[in-house]
Amino acid sequence: MLVPILKQSNYLIASIQSELSDDDLLRLRENLVRQVSKFRSTGVIIDVTALDVMDSFATRTLRSIAHMVRLRGAETVIVGIQPEVAFAMVQLGLRLEDIATALDLEEGLAFLDRKTKGDGRRGG
Amino acid sequence: MHSLTAKQKGTAGVADEVRIPINSEYDIVTARKIGRELAAQIGFSSAEQVAIATAISEIARNIVQFARHGEMSIGIVRQGDRRGIVIVARDEGPGIPDINLAMQDGYSTGGGLGLGLPGSKRMMDEFDIISTVGKGTKVTMKKWIRKNA
Repeated sequence: MLVPILKQSNYLIASIQSELSDDDLLRLRENLVRQVSKFRSTGVIIDVTALDVMDSFATRTLRSIAHMVRLRGAETVIVGIQPEVAFAMVQLGLRLEDIATALDLEEGLAFLDRKTKGDGRRGG
Repeated sequence: MHSLTAKQKGTAGVADEVRIPINSEYDIVTARKIGRELAAQIGFSSAEQVAIATAISEIARNIVQFARHGEMSIGIVRQGDRRGIVIVARDEGPGIPDINLAMQDGYSTGGGLGLGLPGSKRMMDEFDIISTVGKGTKVTMKKWIRKNA
């Protein structure tokens, strides 16, 4: 299932609607990285509220999206990881490492505003 | 009434089993969905349902990645007055040369995170793996419903 990507001012919001296959995740990565360049976006929000499984492949792919987006000069924040999913991820040993997370879309937007509009330039 | 030998013990009381052929990444999604539904049906908490679905996802992905084809069966297991879920994954793939190594966190030959087998073991109550190089791999995992949950 294709993940819709909404453009809202300088940000892109990818809102996952249902369970994703590996292929869907890879396609999301490709589309996001391409659109960050196309729209000169400074921030990306990936909403995973609808995901009830985040396995090692999904985690690895989200991590790679965030790294690629950062290489394009923009910030990524993952929002909406469900409590049960967070529990399973920790049991499995999965980490998002240096990837930003926020509770929900609203918090994610606030995070990006602080990150990208603060002093105009992202710190180290 | 019949007595059970040690070898038969593992399959005793397995009922209501669903078999899912695992041939592509799409079957991974199907398997974990079926697993989660069954787990919900027999009374696992939502956190346990997610843990079971995640373990199924990891083990099914191993089949797709290393063996390409295989089968997963997901069923209800009863032992005395305990009830739980049992997942058996079988493939005729290349097998795992060193299981102890494969069960270590961070050990990966497939370019993954190396958490699939040890992580799945942590999420389940029982985890058995039998693998023969050149013949295939069989993973059996169980999780029991907590009585006082």
